[in-house]
Amino acid sequence: MNGENKHITHDNPFLPEPARIVRTYYLTEDVKFFQVRIVDMEKALSFNYSPGQFGMISVLGTGDAPFSISSTPSRPGLLEFCIRKAGAVTNALFRMKENSLIGFRGPYGNGFPIEKMKDKDIIIIVGGLGAAPLRSVLLYCLDNRDQFRRVSLLHGAKKPSEMIFREEFFALKQREDLECHLSVDKDDTGKWTENIGVVTTLFSLLEEIDPANTYALVCGPPVMYKFVIKELVNLNIPKDQILMTLERRMKCGIGKCGHCAIDYIYTCLDGPVFTYWDVIHMRELI
Amino acid sequence: MRVIKLNKENLFPFLEVISEKADLWAPVKKGDKHVFKVVDDFSKVELSTTRTILPPRKIFLPPTFSMFNISEKGYEEDFSHVTKKILFGIHPCDIHGLLTLDNFFKQDYLDPYYLEARKNTLILGLSCWPDEYCFAKSTNTHIIEEGFDLFFTDLKDFFLVWIGSSQGDDLIRLKPEFFDENLTDTDIQTYIRWQTERDKAYKWGINFNALPDLIELKYRDSLWEKLGDACLACGSCTNVCPTCNCYNIMDKQFLGGKDGKMIRYWDACTLEEYSEIAGGENFRKKRADRLKLWYTHKLQAYISKYGKPSCVGCGRCIVTCPVDINVRTVGKALLGEKEDAFWLRFNKEVTK
Repeated sequence: MNGENKHITHDNPFLPEPARIVRTYYLTEDVKFFQVRIVDMEKALSFNYSPGQFGMISVLGTGDAPFSISSTPSRPGLLEFCIRKAGAVTNALFRMKENSLIGFRGPYGNGFPIEKMKDKDIIIIVGGLGAAPLRSVLLYCLDNRDQFRRVSLLHGAKKPSEMIFREEFFALKQREDLECHLSVDKDDTGKWTENIGVVTTLFSLLEEIDPANTYALVCGPPVMYKFVIKELVNLNIPKDQILMTLERRMKCGIGKCGHCAIDYIYTCLDGPVFTYWDVIHMRELI
Repeated sequence: MRVIKLNKENLFPFLEVISEKADLWAPVKKGDKHVFKVVDDFSKVELSTTRTILPPRKIFLPPTFSMFNISEKGYEEDFSHVTKKILFGIHPCDIHGLLTLDNFFKQDYLDPYYLEARKNTLILGLSCWPDEYCFAKSTNTHIIEEGFDLFFTDLKDFFLVWIGSSQGDDLIRLKPEFFDENLTDTDIQTYIRWQTERDKAYKWGINFNALPDLIELKYRDSLWEKLGDACLACGSCTNVCPTCNCYNIMDKQFLGGKDGKMIRYWDACTLEEYSEIAGGENFRKKRADRLKLWYTHKLQAYISKYGKPSCVGCGRCIVTCPVDINVRTVGKALLGEKEDAFWLRFNKEVTK
């Protein structure tokens, strides 16, 4: 702080916390996995968040951008992100080696309503990079398996090489306490053993559900929502139990910069998790 | 509130005394318009300004400023835009604008860059007389009861000085001999007459209470597409609005080194790249959608949430927009009044 500005007394919510890239590797051609630890051990271990929340990652000299947290608070200490190369910040992140320092601020946003989801059936519907935020809640449910009733995963990717967390999700098929259906739109390898077709074709494989006591969690490319929501509404899942997590431009994460505003709500404060009922009222949401 | 009197000839000497402690910002001429600027020659201070080009928020959050110094060591806070300031000559509508921003920058997370600048600035308000673009009476922001340290009501030969804070009182105590504690009945009558005349000088207004419902009902109205066709997407309306708060952040590196600054600068939701995310997806590619966001935010959402519009009736969007899209033309169109010059020309030239 400048000497002449000793009168500044506020905490600064914009100040990034130094964090270290512990591990990073490619999940697909343009998506990389990052394991990150906040340098200050006390802060790293006391850092708490809910599945569905996000953080701002900054690269010194390049800038910052919002990213969903892909890890689960039930496994504290490390934060995990799954990042597609898309802009200046992600390009810089992709160039960074293990052990490099980045900045981190968060957690931000509302996250999934875990308390309401307890003792309910959970259906998680993933399309492509939608796995980034939904992996957090999926792992949270599996780590606290007795708190939830049926848990199902419907996962769609364009083709086998674009499926992120492939080994991890295939391994989940072995679990008896999870109904796991995987699909690709097209199999260009000839070796795909699971379903072929868009993610909505997996609904026919789903065992009969108890709609009133079901929460459906959706995240995927914008085009996916319309078709998936139609299926979920046809299954009679109440509209306020259909949850989706949305992507918006954000420069602050704390409801000040305005970029993620929709009417009077801010995606970074009131979202990024919204119900389908919210979406019907907020016409610009999807 | 304590109210005292200041003779007109004592104003500039008073400003001179208090400006020894801080930079004094006041309205001065720039071409045929006015701007807030640091002054040391008090004869340049304009007492009969209507509106400045940019709203006073530029004094608290400059159009561009540095948030952090960046070096290999990391981020070092930079509050160099925060200095001791006195802002003289701010009108009631603009003080309301600041109160709206105060509320915004204090909710959920505190924004120290705004709040520290605010805390270090004394507000010396000044009464004004509306011109044909002012409509602060219909936003109820033509009068002010809080948010200032001193407020000067200009009654021709003298000022009534309303003391709004302890710090304002401290300024008075620097030169108590300039002020008169005793208000006569004639002074009070003069004030009442002035107030009545001033209120009558507002020639038009908008029924803001009707707008939330109308915006909801006309959400898909062709009005928005038409406005979108005319809009230049230049961002001027947001830059001159006293309650707009959007900004962007970017890292700026100095040539040839690792050092740099994290810069925060004004942004505008009417600009095309405003809602664009990495990878190119844009949630508001159409100008009509971006205009709709601005007006929905100011005139619907804000009224629903806080019971008043996020518009203070300053008239800056009216004098600034090159194609006459502003709170008056949009508000009136929503209310079904499209008979003014803008809509006549608009229907002739834009909608074919």
